Amino acid sequence: MKKSSTKHLPFFGIGKILPYLKNYKRSLAIMILGSLMGSGVDIGVPIFQRYALNHFVGGGTLDTLPVFIIVYFAVIVAAALLNYAAAYQGMAIEVGIDKDLRNAAFSHLQTLSFSYFNQNSVGWIHSRVMSDTSRIGSLVSWTLLDSIWQLSYLIGAIVVMLVINTRLALLVLAVLPLTVLFFSLFQSKLTRVNREIREQNSVITGNFNEGITGARTIKSLVIEDKISRAFTDDTETMRRKTVRAARLRGLFAATMHFASSLALAVVLWQGGFIAKSQIGTFSLFMSYAQGMMEPVRWIVDAISDLITTQVNIERLDSLLNTRPDVTDSAEVLAKYGDSFDPKTENWEPIRGEIRFEDVSFRYPDGEETILEQFNLEIPAGSSLAIVGETGAGKSTLANLICRFYEPTAGRVLIDGIDARKRSQLWLHASIGYVLQTPHLFSGTVRENLLYGNPNATEEQIRQALKLVSADAVIERLEKGLDTDVGEGGDMLSTGEKQLLSFARAILADPRILVLDEATASVDTITEQKIQSAIDTVIQGRTSIVIAHRLSTVRNSDMILVVNDGKIVERGKHRELMEKRGVYYRLYTRQYEDEATSKILS
Amino acid sequence: MNDTISKTFKRRLLWRFLKGSRALFLLSMLCAALSALADMLSPQIVRVTVDHVLGGKTDSLNPLIAALVEKLGGLSYLAEHLWVLAAALLVTALAKVLALYGFRVSNTKAAERLTKTMRDTLFLHIEHLPFSWHMKHHTGDIIQRCTSDIDTLKGFISEQMTSIFRIVILLVLSISFMAGMDPLLTLIACLPIPVILIYSLHFHRKIGEAFLQCDENEGKLSSMAQENLTGVRVVRAFGRERMERDRFYAQNEYYTGLWMKLARPMAQYWSTGDVLSGTQILLIVVFGSVFCLQGRMLAGEFIAFLSYAAMLTWPVRMLGRMIAEMSKAGVSIDRIAYIMQAEEETDKGKALRPDMGGDIVFDHVSFAYDEGTEILHDVSFRVKAGTTLGILGGTGSGKSTMMLLLDKLYDLPDNCGTISIGGIDIRDIDTRYLREHIGMVLQEPYLFSRSIAENIGITRERLDMDEVREAAQAACLDETVQGFAKGYDTFVGERGVTLSGGQKQRAAIARMLTQQTPIMIFDDSLSAVDTETDAKIRAALEARFGSASILLISHRITTLSKADQILVLENGRIVEQGSHEELKGAGGIYQRICAIQSGAEEAVS
Repeated sequence: MKKSSTKHLPFFGIGKILPYLKNYKRSLAIMILGSLMGSGVDIGVPIFQRYALNHFVGGGTLDTLPVFIIVYFAVIVAAALLNYAAAYQGMAIEVGIDKDLRNAAFSHLQTLSFSYFNQNSVGWIHSRVMSDTSRIGSLVSWTLLDSIWQLSYLIGAIVVMLVINTRLALLVLAVLPLTVLFFSLFQSKLTRVNREIREQNSVITGNFNEGITGARTIKSLVIEDKISRAFTDDTETMRRKTVRAARLRGLFAATMHFASSLALAVVLWQGGFIAKSQIGTFSLFMSYAQGMMEPVRWIVDAISDLITTQVNIERLDSLLNTRPDVTDSAEVLAKYGDSFDPKTENWEPIRGEIRFEDVSFRYPDGEETILEQFNLEIPAGSSLAIVGETGAGKSTLANLICRFYEPTAGRVLIDGIDARKRSQLWLHASIGYVLQTPHLFSGTVRENLLYGNPNATEEQIRQALKLVSADAVIERLEKGLDTDVGEGGDMLSTGEKQLLSFARAILADPRILVLDEATASVDTITEQKIQSAIDTVIQGRTSIVIAHRLSTVRNSDMILVVNDGKIVERGKHRELMEKRGVYYRLYTRQYEDEATSKILS
Repeated sequence: MNDTISKTFKRRLLWRFLKGSRALFLLSMLCAALSALADMLSPQIVRVTVDHVLGGKTDSLNPLIAALVEKLGGLSYLAEHLWVLAAALLVTALAKVLALYGFRVSNTKAAERLTKTMRDTLFLHIEHLPFSWHMKHHTGDIIQRCTSDIDTLKGFISEQMTSIFRIVILLVLSISFMAGMDPLLTLIACLPIPVILIYSLHFHRKIGEAFLQCDENEGKLSSMAQENLTGVRVVRAFGRERMERDRFYAQNEYYTGLWMKLARPMAQYWSTGDVLSGTQILLIVVFGSVFCLQGRMLAGEFIAFLSYAAMLTWPVRMLGRMIAEMSKAGVSIDRIAYIMQAEEETDKGKALRPDMGGDIVFDHVSFAYDEGTEILHDVSFRVKAGTTLGILGGTGSGKSTMMLLLDKLYDLPDNCGTISIGGIDIRDIDTRYLREHIGMVLQEPYLFSRSIAENIGITRERLDMDEVREAAQAACLDETVQGFAKGYDTFVGERGVTLSGGQKQRAAIARMLTQQTPIMIFDDSLSAVDTETDAKIRAALEARFGSASILLISHRITTLSKADQILVLENGRIVEQGSHEELKGAGGIYQRICAIQSGAEEAVS
């Protein structure tokens, strides 16, 4: 898992977001204009009150009252309309930017190489797509809108005060720098404490997870109380940290309120005499003195938003800037098209002959060379089995054939031509891949079957199901092919998912089939069905089977034996048995296990 | 999954959760009330300054205030020394700020105490729920209840309840202060309040459903991304990148559209709220001016009115949302109460603590999970103290169930036979005591996300490194661990090293050995260890724990053959029983497996 290898971007990473704002120029303009004018109206409210106090109350006349009411009300409505426009556009920008960033991240992920997915956990990548994007969206809309609004209110209020009574204004403003200084001291502390709280929170969730998934072990070890005590310590840390943060926040809020009272006290002390002649002006200063601190608080909040979101921007940026290890050259792209816009009309048909020519290979994140000067020929339509202990690196060859990785030296030839001379999609469109742990997508059975070949007819679907004896599975389902399989196909058993994934592979009718056999135990009948499905599927195709089942291994045209990540033996079953080496031991052991469980079941 | 839970139970539960935070919550409410009261004072100081100190009015001064003014030097003195009034303003501000700080801190303290109590109680309770309960519930669902439902409940009590309280106090206080100055203007000023309240309540109720729809669709989008990532191999192998992209784009577009549909009503709500609160101020300005001219009211009072009204604007608009969102908490308390009402494990028998070194006897034991099909049928055998019992059986033969019953992870119902240790029915043995004396290693052992040393010594109160290493040596793990960069401090699990299956099994064996139990169960727990290591471990066990009774589940004849007695289980029945010597010629399953495993070499070639 790669956590944060990114370096800090200048200006909180805002520069990286600017290109995405292009589509929202109009919305942005309306939002900014709306909030500028809106805050202008906010500044105006005390001026109206000043007029009422000075003119009506002080002047003792109601002559302009009807006009006053109309104008005042018109201003209220205008302010509301401006607020409406700004809020609406703010929302449009937020969800729009969210959407664009999510799309960008998602489609970029479709082009990244497997090494990326091996190095980063699904959960980690997922939060880049889903949560980072939404934080950035709200930064460029709401944080921006509020900052503009509050900042212009602050500036406007200062200007009005200066114009009306410069001396008093300057006295009131003296409070401001002190407050700003004080807040900026707080700010970094607060950001740090908040981060600590978030981290502690995930520790607690992890503890819950452990306490629940490990229940059996905890009980039989009788450590319920010990585990609970450790848990209590963690929740206590959380409590202490949160209370500490609350003290900080409380101090922050108290300071802000006190600062506005301080400004008010200045008005009363130094401005009291104005009240005699100009009660309205006095009231206006009171309003501004009290309202002035609110923008300061908002701006401090906005800065802390910026700092927190910077991390999100940096992470997303590093995702979008990750280049795939495996890329198609410009000429290849020109002829064959890319993953999203294939030029199928230029695609040659594929026979399925695979040749490794002096291939050396090392995983991008690994140190050990796994293949060295490796040569192998897999004729079209023949079958290759790869065997070895679990975790011995059996999938390496399959990864190279599928061009999920590229050789560090040498070449892989498909139908006699270097795989790099043609596009990845061209190859992938002709390869079927059946995984050890079958993966279905949410949706109906039909949608899943059509995944590899959206144009398959109903008849073809039925035939494919029958070929792998999955028709019984469908019959059992209430809505047949239109049954929803649930998230990840969870509504079906592993065996059923396995069979359906074979049917899916058959429908795609690939020339090359890569099959990672399941090790998980399924009941005997399903086991037999899966075995016969495998036999059916590999008929007439080039097949590469990462094998666990004896019958698959025995009948293969070629067997490779992998040990500690290296290919140690190769040959046909009989040859290898006679050798009495690694394969012989593996096979004997497996034979024992299989025979034993057969007797026991 | 939520049966109806009685109201009394929920109320009592809530009360119990609030233990330790009740006084703090009371204190926080007191502080909130004090701070609201202090808020009321500054407009009054301004009023007195404007109307009386500067305006020279001496009548209509509240006797209390009049006395206070005299204390400070009288009206004319104050008019010359306005700083005294400014200082008074700061004093009230200080009081307000102290009360506010007190509120914030005591409220958070209370809330965090409450959260901690809820988390701890729930965790402890879950740990003590019977294993059968755990088997019946989804981990994800329980965690959801322990995290987000707790947060919701905490938010309800510490934020919603206190906010509602604060707002009501603020309303009551400011309305009474306003009414003290001019009841009629107060009435006019308060006219928009019910309108704002009802409007915002109605809006939030209605918009709640739309939010729910957004949430659901966000979930869909999120799992679409999740599936694409977990299924990345399938996507690539079928070359379906384009379709995946288009599908994601479409759902993203739809989800975004849902939010955009909400943008209009939400922006409308905000701006309507603006108009309503603006109108409230306008009403005060207009009527205030008129009243001032009529001489009903003084300018200072007018200004004070404006201050009070401004204080109410936001709280009133928030109140509607608070009330509308209260129903969420009800759902959360139900979901938490569901867990809390499940019954913890208890000893129904005598809870004896006998010597555990005696014979283990299964006497006519039959068992079924939850009225399902019977897993064990009339199983009887005896394991003499200090001997080893080997068990051979396929999946579903009932071997693991036997171990669960022996460890009382499942209770053997009455009239289903008895299991006894040293002649005492295990129903009468203290459960914790029993488990402390039975060590068990599973085929796929569970390790905790701690260091290897902590994992091995997890049952010990204090970590003794010598003991840990000794156990690791006996389990043939010491050498492997020494090979790690951080040795025994290597962290296991998500944040650390991933151990192989065999390493995990050996770590679990070492963990069991530190317990020094008189009964040890190996539930197929040497399956991922090679034959050589297997033999080494068993030799070490023999040397160090010769007096322990061992129950050994395995498929390997080499492992089983050393046992004093071997059982062959089939579909919950004992079909063969005897020593290796007896069984290997008995003509049954055992003999056939023996033949396969010893003659495998010939058979395959």
